[in-house]
Parts: sequence; C-alpha cells; structure tokens
Amino acid sequence: MEPAIEVENLAHAYPGKPPVQAVMDVNMVAAEGEFVSLVGSSGCGKSTLLKVLAGLIRPTSGHASVDGQDATQSIGVAAYMPQGGVLLPWLRALANATLGATIAGVGRKEATSHARELFERFGLGGFESAWPSELSGGMQQRVALLRTFLTPRSTILLDEPFGALDAITRREMHAWLQDVWANERRTVLFVTHDVEEALTLSDRVYVMSKRPGTLVAEFRSPFPRPRGREIQTSPEFATLKGQLLDALEAASS
Amino acid sequence: MTVAIDLPRARLPGAGSAGRFLANYLPATLLLVALVGFWEAWVQVRNTPSYVLPAPSLVWEAFLRTRGTLPGHTLTTLNESLLGLGIGALAGVALASLMTSVAIVRRVLYPLMIVSQTIPMIVLAPLLTIWFGFGIEPKVVVVLLVTFFPVLVSTTEALLGADRNLIALLQSMGATRLQTLRYVLLPSALPGFFAGLRIAAAYAVTGAVIAELMGAQSGLGLYITRSNSAFRTDQVFVGIVLVALLSLALFAAVHIINRLATPWAFAGKGDNS
Repeated sequence: MEPAIEVENLAHAYPGKPPVQAVMDVNMVAAEGEFVSLVGSSGCGKSTLLKVLAGLIRPTSGHASVDGQDATQSIGVAAYMPQGGVLLPWLRALANATLGATIAGVGRKEATSHARELFERFGLGGFESAWPSELSGGMQQRVALLRTFLTPRSTILLDEPFGALDAITRREMHAWLQDVWANERRTVLFVTHDVEEALTLSDRVYVMSKRPGTLVAEFRSPFPRPRGREIQTSPEFATLKGQLLDALEAASS
Repeated sequence: MTVAIDLPRARLPGAGSAGRFLANYLPATLLLVALVGFWEAWVQVRNTPSYVLPAPSLVWEAFLRTRGTLPGHTLTTLNESLLGLGIGALAGVALASLMTSVAIVRRVLYPLMIVSQTIPMIVLAPLLTIWFGFGIEPKVVVVLLVTFFPVLVSTTEALLGADRNLIALLQSMGATRLQTLRYVLLPSALPGFFAGLRIAAAYAVTGAVIAELMGAQSGLGLYITRSNSAFRTDQVFVGIVLVALLSLALFAAVHIINRLATPWAFAGKGDNS
C-alpha cells in the first residue's frame, strides 16, 4: 500500500542573500491512518516541511506526495492548520469553523450542524457567534483545529495546534484528539516542540535537527491507547521521553 | 477641513445609552456653547459692525429670515455632494482593484492620479463650468475629483496589505480566485475603503460649494456668494453653518454604514449599538 505521506530527499531554501536553507535531505513516510509527530527546536524548518506538504511552498528540490498526489504540484490535498491557527477576523466563530468544509464543497447546512455539535465538546459552547477578536488565544486555536477537522480530507497537517493552550485545556484536547483519531483514523502529521505531547499522541515521532532541518532520529511510541495520566507517569514513558529529549538536545546543538 | 467624531468607547458603569451619549458629546457641546457665548459677548461689547462680524443672535435671525429658500439650496448641495461622492467612491474602488491586480496599470495610472490632485479646484471649477454649463454636472465633477482620490489611495493600500497568512490559508483549502476575493481580499479592504470614504465625505460638501461659487442656479455656494455681494455677512455665516452641518451629517452617515458593514471591527469595544 502506498503511504499517505511520502517525502524523498526534500530540500528547500528561501530566496535571499545568501539563501536560507530551511530544510535539507528530508526523508519520511506516514502510513495511511498513522499519527506521526515532528519535534524540533524553534526555527528548525518543521513549519516549512508542513507548508510544502500543504502545497503552499514549492521546494527547491526533492519529492513530496500526499495521498498519492504530488504536493509540489497541487494544493489543498491535505487539511492544514497553520501555526497560530489563523482565523478570518470577519467571520464569526461558527463560520470560521466551517470555512474549510464550505470551500471543499460541503453543504453549508451540513457543515454548520456538524460544527455546532462539536462546539460544546471543544469548550466553545455559547461562542458560536462571537468574533475571533472576542475569543481568547486558546479558543481561537480550538476553532482553527475544529475547522481543520471539519475539512473533508484524509490527511491532516497540524502546526503546533496547542501552543496557546494552558496545561489543563491541552490535556483535554489531547483526550479529544485521541478519541477522534481512533474513530476516524485519518493520517495526522503533527508538529510540536513538546516531547511529552508527541509521545502521548503519536505512533511515531521524528526528531528534526536545527537549521537546515533534517530528520535525525525516529522513535516509536508503543503505549496502548487511549493514553492518559497512567501512561504518562509510567516508568516506560519516562525512559522513552528521556531518550527522545537526549536526541532532541543532540539535534539542536 | 477635518471633522473628528470620537465614537463611544469607554462606558460609564451602569449608564444607559442616554448617559453614554451625554458623557461622549457633553464636553464638545459645552465648548461650542461657551465659544458662541463668548462670540456674542465680544461683538456686543466691542460694538463690531454686523457686516464685519455679526453676532450669533443676528445669524440666527438671518436664518429665520431666509429659511424659505434654504431647504432648496441645501438640497441642491446635498444632491451634488452625494452624487459626486457616490461616483467618486465607485471610481476609487474600481481604480484600486485595477491597480492592485495589474501592475502595469498601477505604474501608468498612479502618477496621473497624483497629478490630478495637484490642480487647485479653484482653478479647475471655472473651466468645468465652461465645459459643462451652469447645471449640476460641473459640481458633481468637482466633488468626484476631490473624493475619488482618498478612496483610491486607502483602498489600494488595504488591498495590498491583505494578510498573506489568510491568503495562504485559503489557498491551502484549494480556494478559487473568486473565493479568495470573497473571503479575504474584499473584507480586508473594507476598513481601508471606509477610512478613505470618511475623508472623502468630509471633502464632498466643500467641493460642491466651491464649484457653486463659480456659477450656479441653486445651492449653498450660490446663497453664500449672493449674501457676500450684498454685504449680508450674517447670511454668509448661515451658509457656513449649514455647510458644516451637512459635512457632519455625511461624515456621520458614512460612519454608521461603516459600522453596519464591518461589525467585526467594532466588536469587543464596549459598544454594540
């Protein structure tokens, strides 16, 4: 079976004098329905890789495909949540949440009723008709996450989706995400710099080196799902987390 | 002429809309009343001749005396202003869209647009009267010429300044050009468009009046010239006050439309009326 995400010898340099080599020699795969995380320090090129897969950046060289389609030639193959969420200031929360689905051709009624159900679940109940400027940073991020999941694509690209959330909300979102993922089994590529988050959510975790970013290590997170506190506080989890942190530190220095 | 209306921001605790209104406009009203009172007193004490500076009470009398003809003049000027402002705004938006979508158009047209603003209206208005006659047309053209530019400049800037992240987001969703226009470019240009339209609204009435000074059959400009040549300075002041009120009304109307059209820009600022 063809992998959902396949990246081969990918390199990208942003134009400039001198050009900024963001990523280099990136090779990775994600099987269909697999949850894969990408951890690395800030500015290491994680977001660049995600943008290439979203079709927003045409890489300098190499190959990238999403669900059998060449990501360097097509756009809109995956559902993509940019860093910081990014909401349209002139759409109310509910309309923002359904934007991806609407653009993908889902009927407005269907998209709206689906979104309404999830607002409560996301701790956004009662804020359906709020403007983004009236929402807290964490709420804005959850609306953006909702929008990404409501976009009917089998592959989802998330760029630090929980960055602005407090620890408690973050845990709730982890539980929600695991639940949804277990039901729908969509392929997820998840960018974070939080090692514990990566191990909790993922099947596999890639470690990216500092710029120019390349993948230097790969870990498998073998714990049974759903993964809650008991797993996160187990000695096995702590050991793996230690190894991952070591790899991350080695890659970032 | 610059008119600044500061809209309600700070809310008095427990105050209703009437209280808020008072809190916002009371200081300005008090200042105005004080100035008019000072003016009246000054003229009475110094015994200034009324053709030099009429007392506010005389201006009020002149208003009552000529009130029969004033609605006609005011309506004419309002008509010219609205028509010119409407066409000017449309032209500004059309040119802005053209100039932001085709680079060569921007390079060819922008210098021309700027040159059009360097010609003093006072010089152009008589020429327009020669070309278009004494009817409403030359006045509308003057208003159009003074109003399209602020709309053009601020709409152009707003279109060029549209958030790249939002455009990228829509692209990542596979949006068409039309969808990107509808969901990102248009809404992000609206606040800029209205900022330009507010300035244009403040200029529109003045533009119409200047054009009327060069020859007209009706209008506040005509009323002012006639009064001036008859040394009816009190009536000149009536004209000035009406021009100011008309400008204010237009400015306020644009602000209200702005609020209705871009509700998100006013969200969470304490006033949702």
